[in-house]
Formats: sequence, structure tokens, C-alpha cells
Amino acid sequence: MAPEKAVVLLDERVSPFGQRVRIALAEKGVEHEYREEDLTNKSPLLLKSNPVYKKIPVLIYDGKPISESLIIVQYIDDVWVHGTPLLPTDPYERANARFWAYFVDKKIYDCGARMLKYTGEAHEEAKEEFMENLKLLEGELQDKTYFGGENFGLVDMAFVPFTTWFYTFEFYGNFSIEKEFPKLVAWGKRCMERESVSKSLQDPLEVYELLAYLIKKKYGKV
Amino acid sequence: MADKVVLLSSWASVFGLRVQIALAEKEVDYEFREEDLFDKSSLLLESNPVHKKVPVLIHNGKPVCESSVIIQYIDEVWTKGPSLLPKDPLQRANARFWTDFIGKTIYPCGSKIWRNKGDAQVQAAAKKELIGILKQLEGELGERPFFGGETLGYVDIALVPFSRWFYTYETFGRFSIEKECPKLMAWVRRCNDRESVSKVLPDPHKVYQRNCGLKKRLGLE
Repeated sequence: MAPEKAVVLLDERVSPFGQRVRIALAEKGVEHEYREEDLTNKSPLLLKSNPVYKKIPVLIYDGKPISESLIIVQYIDDVWVHGTPLLPTDPYERANARFWAYFVDKKIYDCGARMLKYTGEAHEEAKEEFMENLKLLEGELQDKTYFGGENFGLVDMAFVPFTTWFYTFEFYGNFSIEKEFPKLVAWGKRCMERESVSKSLQDPLEVYELLAYLIKKKYGKV
Repeated sequence: MADKVVLLSSWASVFGLRVQIALAEKEVDYEFREEDLFDKSSLLLESNPVHKKVPVLIHNGKPVCESSVIIQYIDEVWTKGPSLLPKDPLQRANARFWTDFIGKTIYPCGSKIWRNKGDAQVQAAAKKELIGILKQLEGELGERPFFGGETLGYVDIALVPFSRWFYTYETFGRFSIEKECPKLMAWVRRCNDRESVSKVLPDPHKVYQRNCGLKKRLGLE
């Protein structure tokens, strides 16, 4: 049997993007070394491995780095072919999965973050956009077990880390995600029953404490 | 049953042009439908209700949206033609990385140059940023004929439509991309040797005229 090539993950515990990769590695049962990065003092290895963005997560497999969480997840699926498939096999369903995973990146994270950061009109605009985008996402989920249907996959992995941010979004947005989007909340709970997810994500209250601290520090907002 | 393929796009859309090159590489017959982006068709709005944007590929009645998603779909469905993405997982991840980089950087930066309304500082900063991005891509290309190696691949297809917008950026920004990035321009010329590129991509002067008209229409003069 060929010797196992080293798998190293450069990450930061609270990063939802890093959490996606941790979930994917756990789903595939891939042994790896986890290295926590101090983002205020990035390691030479991180800077060398991701010279373009200098961001985590970075997966290093057999000495070769891969960056960008959704690209890493697809890479994991391509390499560890014998584990749980993370994308569907049908090309149309694969296209749909990629579409919605990138939707989460472009539309959910951006306006969610703006809603947390800003006050006044900018906050209201961001909140409206955020609610609209959650509605679209719930429309895609409908009554399926996962976004991947019966199979937990790319879109689920892309979005589930943000469920631990729901408490924070609700606090700053002054609304209830459970009330507005019950299907999304139910889906989040189903995902948490998977060990790959529950072991990779942070407690929502811990997320809130950290984000509240950062928001106050950077934007003076309480 | 024959495949029915429709592409909703706009002749100057860099993202739509990528899809057209991919379809040409795979020799797929399709119907092109020009969209007026100020008066979008009901088919476009129905097919891409989330973003309401071009391009949209409709294959046997089922829509696929987002150019990078569409190209991967084309590569996976029409397997007889040349592979657009590498087979090796690491090279594939690398191709996705650079395509994603191109998608996130050039268009917004270029827009700050040509859509600029009298703010010289913003335009100068955007010009510097664009040159930086193109030099980074030049570095990634290295000594290879194409980003895909010996032949045109995913990254080449993602980038080459922007070459028809270089004249627009250069004219509004008053600089020369040939001067700043000669290796990249040599790569553009190599891409142009391929029929899938030369037959699909529009004349840069025509793109420039269109952008001048658009700038006026948007009140950005």
C-alpha cells in the first residue's frame, strides 16, 4: 500500500470558510494535521501557500497548496473518490450545486456582514437584501432533507457554518430566522446531527460573543 | 432526440463570450439569442430568476446560469470534444482558482476605469490595480503557450474575452497593455489563432463604441 501523503489544513477556528473544509475532510474520513493561524501574524507557510489572497483556509496535500474553500471542497471530492460523494453525479445537478454554493458566497455572506457592520439606512438595505437571499435559499431547499436531496453535499457544506451565525444575525437584525425561515432552521438542525458538522462548527453563543466584540472594536457598534 | 441548446447573452458580454468559445470548442450547435439588458426578455427572467443576468444556457429546456458553472457543465455533458478542464485534480483546482480570480478582479477594476466620471484619482488607482492583476496572470502563465498548457483551457476561455475590452480600458485610462504586459498580449494573439476564439470574439473598436454609448446612457460622462 502506498504511504499516505501528508494533508495539512491551515485554518482559523472560527472561520466559516475553514469550517466548510473541515466538514468535507470529516465526511471523507481524511486524516489531516490542523494548524491554527493567527491572522494578525500570518505564518510564512500561509503567505507562501496562498500568495494571491494570503487567506485561510489553505489545504496542503503532498506539499501542494489549494486555496478558496469551495475549490478546496471540490478538490477533496476529486481526490478522495471512495468516500461520500460531495457533489451529485448528474451534470445538471452538479451545475445546480455549484450555482447555489457560489450564491451563498456572493449573496449571503456579503449582505449578512454588511447588516452586522452598518447602522441606519445601510443596515436596513443590507437586512432587506439578506432576508430576500435567505428566502431564495429556502426556496431552493423546499422540503428536501438537504440541498443535495438525500445526500449532504457542497451547498449544505457552503451554508451550514453560517447557521451558527443565525443568533448574531437575529440580534443585530432584530428578527427571528426561525419565524421567517423555519425550513432553513430545521435543515440546520438536521445537519448538526452529522458528526462532521457538529464537530467542526462553533457554538452560536461563542460566535455571537466574538462577533459582538469585533463589531464593537472595528465599527463602534453595540 | 437532438439536443436543443439556446444561449441567452449579449454580444459584448465577456461572460457570455466565454460560453460561446466553450460551445465552439466542443462544436455544439446552438441558437444565440441577443438580450437587451435594459429590457430583459421574460425567458431570461424566468430562466435566471435569482440574478436576472446573462449568460444563461438552456439545454433541452433546463437553464444553467453563471458562466463558470456553464463552462464546467458543457465540459461534463459534451465529452467527445477537447477537455476544457484538466483531468488532474490539482491542475483542475488551480484552473478553478485562476478563473475565480479573473471573475472577481478584472471586471470590477476595469469598470472603475471606463465608467469613471471625472475622478482622476480613482481612475489612476484602478489602472494601477488592473496592471497588477494582468501582471499576476502573466506570472501564472509563465512560459506556457496557454494557461491550459499546450492547448486552450478553462482559464484561457475565462480570460480571453476581456482582451476585447483592453482597447476600452486603454483608451479611457490612457495606457498601453501591450507595453505593460507584452507576454499576455502574445498569449492573446496565440488564442486568436484558434477559430473558436477569432470567430466568436467581437472587434475591440466595436466594444469601445458600445461602451461609449453605454456611458452616455448611464449619465457617466
